[in-house]
Amino acid sequence: MADTITGPHSRATDTTATERVPTVVVDGVDIVYRVNGTGAGRGSATAALNRILRRKKTEKAAGVRKVHAVRNVSFTAYRGEAIGLIGTNGSGKSTLLKAVAGLLPVENGRIYTDGQPSLLGVNAALMNDLTGERNVHLGGLAMGMSREQVRERYQEIVDFSGINEKGDFITLPMRTYSSGMAARLRFSIAAAKDHDVLLIDEALATGDASFRKRSEARIRELRKNAGTVFLVSHNNKSIRDTCDRVLWLERGELRMDGATEDVLKEYEKFTGGKK
Amino acid sequence: MSQVLHTPPPTTKTGPAATPAESPAQLAARYGLSVSGARPTLREYVRRLWARRHFITAFATAKLTAQYSQAKLGQVWQIVNPLLNAAVYYLIFGVLMGTKHGVPDYVPFLVTGVFVWTFTQSSIMAGTRAISGSLGLVRALHFPRASLPLSYCLQQLQQLLFSMAALVVILLAFGVPVAASWLLILPALTLQFMFNAGVAMVMARVGAKTPDIAQLMPFVLRTWMYASGVMFSMDKILADRDLPQFAHVLLEYNPAVLYIDLMRFALIDSFEAHQLPPHVWAAALGWALLAGIGGFIYFWKAEETYGRG
Repeated sequence: MADTITGPHSRATDTTATERVPTVVVDGVDIVYRVNGTGAGRGSATAALNRILRRKKTEKAAGVRKVHAVRNVSFTAYRGEAIGLIGTNGSGKSTLLKAVAGLLPVENGRIYTDGQPSLLGVNAALMNDLTGERNVHLGGLAMGMSREQVRERYQEIVDFSGINEKGDFITLPMRTYSSGMAARLRFSIAAAKDHDVLLIDEALATGDASFRKRSEARIRELRKNAGTVFLVSHNNKSIRDTCDRVLWLERGELRMDGATEDVLKEYEKFTGGKK
Repeated sequence: MSQVLHTPPPTTKTGPAATPAESPAQLAARYGLSVSGARPTLREYVRRLWARRHFITAFATAKLTAQYSQAKLGQVWQIVNPLLNAAVYYLIFGVLMGTKHGVPDYVPFLVTGVFVWTFTQSSIMAGTRAISGSLGLVRALHFPRASLPLSYCLQQLQQLLFSMAALVVILLAFGVPVAASWLLILPALTLQFMFNAGVAMVMARVGAKTPDIAQLMPFVLRTWMYASGVMFSMDKILADRDLPQFAHVLLEYNPAVLYIDLMRFALIDSFEAHQLPPHVWAAALGWALLAGIGGFIYFWKAEETYGRG
């Protein structure tokens, strides 16, 4: 991978930086989802036929609805930054993150990245019918680790997850795990790899208090090794603890971009300070 | 959402801003950033795919193991399943309809046909769903998407190897002698795998764009199966029909027929070389290369669009 770049790690995110190296440049990005079968009749047979017959007509008449999830967002992220993304539900945070990871197409604008940003998460690659042990291997390989790397890190991952604290659970199928245990294992696998640009989508909200503390420490460590970390969370405390810059998205628009405290103050005012 | 937003405050420039007078694109170019989510070159794509080979095999094995992990008999089903399948076909085509007349060693003939055909059929079916059925994976992780159809085909190949173990037992039970020609299984299976993987990749792209195709495929595949002489000898059918020349050639060089007959030729001593069409290996290789390479390029062409929409 592209971890060959050994530029000066500008730890500080503000004034002291000598030369700040951009890792993610988002330039006027729009993201639009198209959903089939939302016209009159909602996916009924006649609506479907209508859609096929009137293919050439406008998308709206054909029952395709557009959802404009992100509107004209621009920002530049630099090496060494940890950036929080906040906003109410459905404001486009996760969508933006997926686009930065290159997993969703942009309608307008461009996203430039240094290396391949990775979304922290391996849930989809894991299989409930397999043992935790095999899932660690599978998940590691799915993230692009080599077999040797997986073997090296295996014990570390299992210890970190704490699955074996209450007995030999790692050799049981994952479907027998409690939801908390499964979430811990998933996070442990996902966090085993170092990334250039790391995108985390509310991953901290899992597990019990002791595991949460451990995972926060791990995020900080990843942040040290990674170029840039993005964190989506509804937990303002974990944003405060880990991030030094915050982007506030509302209805797909970038409402504010600045230092954590400033933005969070405004945001808390907006949401009524409940959190 | 009832919360109405008032005019957003002017975007605060307190955050780190790019040096003025430089556009984001210029800034990105200066630091050598690349556009996110762009399709790699074919060469680079092959390289990345090769780097993921362990994932491809691990994913295939995991899928195969997970399949029967809840059953009491567990992995025994890997062998019992194809045997039952063959038994059903024997009951219908061998006993009830009497297709076996004139075919020596009918049971080995039939079972070989069923197993080899099932390999192609389930590879194509799995390929059709490879992308559309794994959207969660595609939307969460970065890897060459061709890993998915390839992995599914590999799973079917592993499944076939289990079936072949059962087949050997059947062959021996029906008195088919072990012969050196059994070694021909290897080239025949390699070519068939290439062909299957190619078609699976084509179907994966089609199925990713139009998931409806998965509803249609069983019918297409069943038609193809009956045109491929799985349960009867194509030779005999073709012999007493007055078909136009092109239809004859088409049926004779149908890739499924080629791969099935090659396997029969390799395994069953009473299935002789004259029952194979001329240049059979060349034709089998041709299909494998055409489907394998063509399918791969066709799949790669849409790489950046998978999992979106």
